[in-house]
Amino acid sequence: MTPLDYLLWVAFPYIAAATFVVGHILRYRFDQFGWTSRSSQTYENRLLRWGSPMFHYGMLMVIGGHVVGLFIPKPWLEFFGVTEHIYHLGATSLGSIAAVLTIAGLVILIIRRRLVTRVHLATTVMDKVMYIFLGGTILFGTIATVLHQVFGAGYDYRGSISPWIRSLWGFQPQPELMSDVPFFFQLHVLTATALFLLWPFTRLVHVFSAPIGYIWRPYVIYRSRDTHKGSGARTVKRGWEKAELPDVRVSPRADEPARPSRSRTNIRR
Amino acid sequence: MRVMAQMSMIMNLDKCIGCHTCSVTCKQVWTNRTGVEYAWFNNVETKPGVGYPRQYEDQEKWKGGWVRNKRGRLKLRAGGRLSKLLHIFDNPDLPVIDDYYEPWTYDYDMLTTAPAGTQSPVARPKSLLTGKNMDIKWSGNWDDNLGGSQETAADDPILATMSEHVKMEFENTFMFYLPRICEHCLNPACVAACPSGAMYKREEDGIVLVDEDGCRGWRMCVSACPYKKVYFNHKTGKAEKCTLCYPLIEQGKPTICSETCVGRLRYLGLMLYDADAVLAQASVENEHDLLDAQRACFLDPFDPEVIAAAKAEGMEDDWILAAQNSPIYKMISEYKIALPLHPEYRTMPMVWYIPPLSPVVDVVSTTQADSEDARTLFAAIDRLRIPVEYLAGLFSAGDVRPVEASLKKLAAMRSYMRDINLGKPADERIPRAVGMTGETMEAMYRLLAIAKYEDRYVIPKAHVETARELDELACSLDTDGGPGMGGPGQNAGPFGQEPGMPLAGTVSNYNEMTGRGGEKTKPTTPGRVNLLNWTGGAVPQGMFPPKKSPEATA
Ligand code: HEM
Ligand code: SF4
Ligand code: SF4
Ligand code: SF4
Repeated sequence: MTPLDYLLWVAFPYIAAATFVVGHILRYRFDQFGWTSRSSQTYENRLLRWGSPMFHYGMLMVIGGHVVGLFIPKPWLEFFGVTEHIYHLGATSLGSIAAVLTIAGLVILIIRRRLVTRVHLATTVMDKVMYIFLGGTILFGTIATVLHQVFGAGYDYRGSISPWIRSLWGFQPQPELMSDVPFFFQLHVLTATALFLLWPFTRLVHVFSAPIGYIWRPYVIYRSRDTHKGSGARTVKRGWEKAELPDVRVSPRADEPARPSRSRTNIRR
Repeated sequence: MRVMAQMSMIMNLDKCIGCHTCSVTCKQVWTNRTGVEYAWFNNVETKPGVGYPRQYEDQEKWKGGWVRNKRGRLKLRAGGRLSKLLHIFDNPDLPVIDDYYEPWTYDYDMLTTAPAGTQSPVARPKSLLTGKNMDIKWSGNWDDNLGGSQETAADDPILATMSEHVKMEFENTFMFYLPRICEHCLNPACVAACPSGAMYKREEDGIVLVDEDGCRGWRMCVSACPYKKVYFNHKTGKAEKCTLCYPLIEQGKPTICSETCVGRLRYLGLMLYDADAVLAQASVENEHDLLDAQRACFLDPFDPEVIAAAKAEGMEDDWILAAQNSPIYKMISEYKIALPLHPEYRTMPMVWYIPPLSPVVDVVSTTQADSEDARTLFAAIDRLRIPVEYLAGLFSAGDVRPVEASLKKLAAMRSYMRDINLGKPADERIPRAVGMTGETMEAMYRLLAIAKYEDRYVIPKAHVETARELDELACSLDTDGGPGMGGPGQNAGPFGQEPGMPLAGTVSNYNEMTGRGGEKTKPTTPGRVNLLNWTGGAVPQGMFPPKKSPEATA
């Protein structure tokens, strides 16, 4: 047990978890306007039509798999008749489908983000950072699984990673469980932890407003006039900007004279 | 019975000159921002034409609005709740920006800052999405005034439902403008489709709004609205739509698009309706019955039972009075000349239209016949199937009877009032032929042709229980005949002012001109008078400091 072990497997996860929780609460309280999926379908739909559903359905399966594998202790599953064999079978078959969907979807989404100019220009720095860590987590997770579960002897993370996570939940952290875990699993866990740390500051917040309540609510909603917010009294909110050209460096082309530098005359408050 | 009030609009299409002023003023106020460059809460379409966004009326393609299923129940055309959630990751029915147009600007800086050269500088169009040079190949009004419609007219979804020969012939026969805003429907598909429940209909006045803080960008409302009047702000990731200018309506003032309408063709007022009846009436089987079904939802504001029920719901007296004086109620329920746009979408739209008689008059006046003679016009309405059928495709789910009835009333009014204006004895047979009396016909004439400001807009103020100063958005000059309305009202008839009168550019100018003197003048900036505009006549208030009165100093 080195200090690094404590840092990586105790301090870092708790910092990430705290940031995750506090970040979400603060953002929910103070940035309702920024809380959106920021759909880019208006710009482009031919790639999104495939990429987004594949990625999302794959991802939801992946999340389901992780919940079963990490949070539900082995004996509980066995109590319900899920033996090691069945678990393994399910994990590999469903897991493979989920992995193919997620990875293919993610590749399409990232290619689209990069190659479709309209989408590329609408991509924020936070989007890019999010994709690095999201992509990294998925990449390392896949490498680890392929190396150990497909070509290797099989690694039972339910004896190390899963109890480690549950030890964190119980505030009795056992970092020693993680020190001997194969390298790519370790990387996967670390990038995932970083992703959770970043989560509240990215568009991923949309996951927490998945509109399940829609199933039960009446179609037409009536609401009373908003009386407490004065119409002109509040300051201009984030995101309401004057129309202007997107911020692009246009390289001067042969057929046109050098572009004069754009004077920013818009008054921003 | 659950009595609700609905702020509604009617547009008199005969008067629309297609100037797009309404669209521009609305845009200046509400959507001159990044992300909604392409959003036109108010747009004006040339009909026949493809509309905006392109072919939005083709619900086979866009799946907007409601359909009645086999069990007689309404469901969203795009699918029920579960199906909406399953398609949330990619909305299969969403129009993309190219179905509207790619927004652009011009490189204006080039004109002033280009280095000296042999060629004059040009301002090239630049895409607002990519910043790149672009060729402008399409926009919101590409087929304005039927421009280029040889190529595009075949895409008009309504023409497509009509017989073949129309497509060739229509250019010679008719054309009119259709200004469109959000319909503030009684059964709004946009609200029903919003998965997060961020869209709502206001209990007080029925205005349909998006809660910008609650919207999560699932963009289901955009495709669900059959009129395509919800726009997705691609920059902020939130839906936006026409607000019926509620900050103005709450102050008892007309919307921007109404106030600035050059043709003075828009009417605003309340309709009382039974909210409990809406769903059943929107579900009637035959599409041709939808017009009457919607009329059946409306309540008579003079009926004591309705008044009692409205009061029980907490409606104030001034609102009930406004509902009784509503021009909308007169035109929908009393005169029955206004018709809803596309009732077959089953959203129960609340912006109604008086169909244009001009296509008929135009044809008659090219012949030797008298285009103000009732019998000639009646015959022409019966004979001119093409425009009437087309109007029926817009306003009554294809049923020509309501359109004919409405047009005949307009025609009757035209010839009945001609006699009166020429000092001839009124021919009471004319109103009787369309089931009206001479008296109601004259009242209708006053509302439609004279169209005084206070008759067009009967808007009760919102009841603001918490004291708060509502923002003033509009210019206070726009009283009837005020400078904002293009001329003095007192001595001008319905056809405008006499020539040669001084320009009514300012309040003081205006008041002097109309002989009201300085007494009522209120300077636009309190305490100041712009002496440049003072013509030397009466002394406007505010020119000198107010005399101190004992009460004021106390
Ligand atoms: C079950 C709840 C979820 C719902 C309802 C949902 C819905 C959406 C929607 C509507 C979009 C916008 C797509 C567009 O551009 O039109 C989106 C984008 C996105 N979602 Fe989700 N999502 C969910 C869960 C997740 C999860 C669990 C993840 C990943 C951990 C995720 C990651 C993303 C990413 C990365 C994008 C951006 C795609 C792009 O445009 O590049 N979502 N989501
Ligand atoms: S017209 Fe307006 S109220 Fe009606 S469905 Fe469309 S956006 Fe909603
Ligand atoms: S009512 Fe207001 S927001 Fe709606 S179209 Fe007219 S001006 Fe625009
Ligand atoms: S301002 Fe009035 S006349 Fe002009 S296009 Fe709009 S509705 Fe028609």
